[in-house]
Amino acid sequence: MQKLGDFKLPHFFNYPPYFTLQPVRETREKQIQLWKELILDYCRTQKIFVIRLEEEFPLFSNSVIERTLSHEAREAFLSALVAEGRAEWLDKGRRNCLILWHRIQEWADIIVNFVKDNGFEDSVMTVEEIRLGIESRGTELQGIDRTILVRALKLLEHKGKLAIFKGTSTDDEGVKFSV
Amino acid sequence: MSNFFSKAEVTSSGRPVLLHNEVECHLLSAVDLEPEDHRHFSLLKSGLLILTTHRLIWLPSYSASTPTSASAIPLAAISHIFSSKKSLKSVFHSPRIRFQVLVSSDGRVFDPSSGSGSSSGSGSRSVVVTAVIRGKGDCDGFLVKFWDSWRARAWETTKTSSSGSGSASGSGAATGIGGGLYSSDGSVRMVGVAGILRKEQEMWESTDKSLQDAFQDLNALMSKAKEMVMLAEKMRQKLLSGTSSQTSGTNDEDMGSKEEMQDWLLSVGIISPVTKESAGALYHQQLSRQLADFVRIPLERAGGMINLIDAYCLFNRARGTELISPDDMLQACSLWEKFDVPVMLRKFDSGVMVIQNKSHSDEEVFARIKSLVTKPEALRTGISPTDAAMTLGIAPAMAKEHLLTAESKGLLCRDISPDGFRFYINLFPEIDPCNMYFVKDYGICSTWIKAVSTTGLGIGERSSTFR
Repeated sequence: MQKLGDFKLPHFFNYPPYFTLQPVRETREKQIQLWKELILDYCRTQKIFVIRLEEEFPLFSNSVIERTLSHEAREAFLSALVAEGRAEWLDKGRRNCLILWHRIQEWADIIVNFVKDNGFEDSVMTVEEIRLGIESRGTELQGIDRTILVRALKLLEHKGKLAIFKGTSTDDEGVKFSV
Repeated sequence: MSNFFSKAEVTSSGRPVLLHNEVECHLLSAVDLEPEDHRHFSLLKSGLLILTTHRLIWLPSYSASTPTSASAIPLAAISHIFSSKKSLKSVFHSPRIRFQVLVSSDGRVFDPSSGSGSSSGSGSRSVVVTAVIRGKGDCDGFLVKFWDSWRARAWETTKTSSSGSGSASGSGAATGIGGGLYSSDGSVRMVGVAGILRKEQEMWESTDKSLQDAFQDLNALMSKAKEMVMLAEKMRQKLLSGTSSQTSGTNDEDMGSKEEMQDWLLSVGIISPVTKESAGALYHQQLSRQLADFVRIPLERAGGMINLIDAYCLFNRARGTELISPDDMLQACSLWEKFDVPVMLRKFDSGVMVIQNKSHSDEEVFARIKSLVTKPEALRTGISPTDAAMTLGIAPAMAKEHLLTAESKGLLCRDISPDGFRFYINLFPEIDPCNMYFVKDYGICSTWIKAVSTTGLGIGERSSTFR
């Protein structure tokens, strides 16, 4: 079985037509489905939050069969993820894509569980601490993309589970939990 | 009731098989042929009468419910043609052409090409045959051409020309020996450079003369043509205005007079002007059938499918003169739907148009493509249109159309790379997105995996050393 790093690749990754955007509707729909799942799986295991189209992305090339996804194909597959709500374009030019292998709501739930597990119900933390602090090591929150984290926090703020405020240090925000 | 007339051979599309040097001169539709003695012989009703340089051919109408066979009367068997009588009676019923035909001992038309009896011996009795023209063709024009063809006796010149060339070579040999500028019969001999020059000169002069003669006729034709064109324009305007003003009551009348005018123009030699409706015009019908006949052999050679453009070039090249326009070609092909011919026009999604045999089966082609693309080599590297062309025995452009059609049916997938445009068997249907790593034991995916993995083991390289 082929691997990309420690990620196990499915058998059809070596099927050349997989790397050519198929014109026939039924075939294309299947192809898009498979790519969507593969992208989400890969990003989840490798903790990749952003895909930049103009840069090399290991999943989009296969050196064994010497095939690479065209720009058009990449855009098509990522747009399909966006349409499903599993990704978002970060810019109008569609060059950078935020991958939500957990939806924002799922991240919000993870944060709530994190708070409960560590007894932070009434504490205050900075955003960076949530991301990179000791407590988050080994959890899903470790190294989470800042944009996603802030969005999840805002969602929770909206539900009244916490309050975000500008901290005393110049560049970081703080969070007061009231879970 | 047996047939009075000789049998005429007909192609699979209903066109008459012409003799060597035989040329068609005129057509009349909806003609009955009545031999005088129609107690013993059947009369032929409502068919197409074709005058050629050698025969009168009668073809049954294509919508006839009882199949009657095509018949012919050799012009050599005709002893007399009656001139048309213009009487008060003839104004009220269909025009008739009457002629006398030599008859052999069994009472049927005498066939001079058959070896039975001498030309003047057994064909002593003659019988009057009447052709009743029920259609709206030009009867007088036909009669004139009939006289001309009959008097021209084209069937005899083939014999005389072959004997004529024999005598020419004979006299040439005789003057080979002995010198002198003048040969034994007093004509100037063609000797040396002077002889060559003189021969050229004579050739030029005769060509010049025949051209002059031709142009005389042409000039006369041109002046007539101007009048004809004006008349045709007037007719066309009338026909077009007839189609736009359509009242429910007089529709039948309009159609009748329109057909009349179309046929009239056709018989004068001007092709039907109302092109959108000329599917009924005889010219396109005959062209359509001729094309169906012609295209049979190129189709076989090309494996059952030929590009329309290629067919057009071949057809025009075969015609030599009287080339047809692409429009005519397209119309002729479209008319095939209405007739029972073994070929059809087909347009692919890509826009490419081909002529193919009706017996051609897409399913059969797909089966062959499928077996080709599931071979181990093809599973590994896919197939190109050239590979398919070689296996299917057709042109690469046609093969590509087939591959694209198979792709659109979900049989194949395309692979575009710097190596080119290739096709693989479609594996996608077997893969389950919710269970991507699972491979069915006996499906196409496992076959593919096995084929692909053998290259990793180097089996391919090993076999190449066994050359």
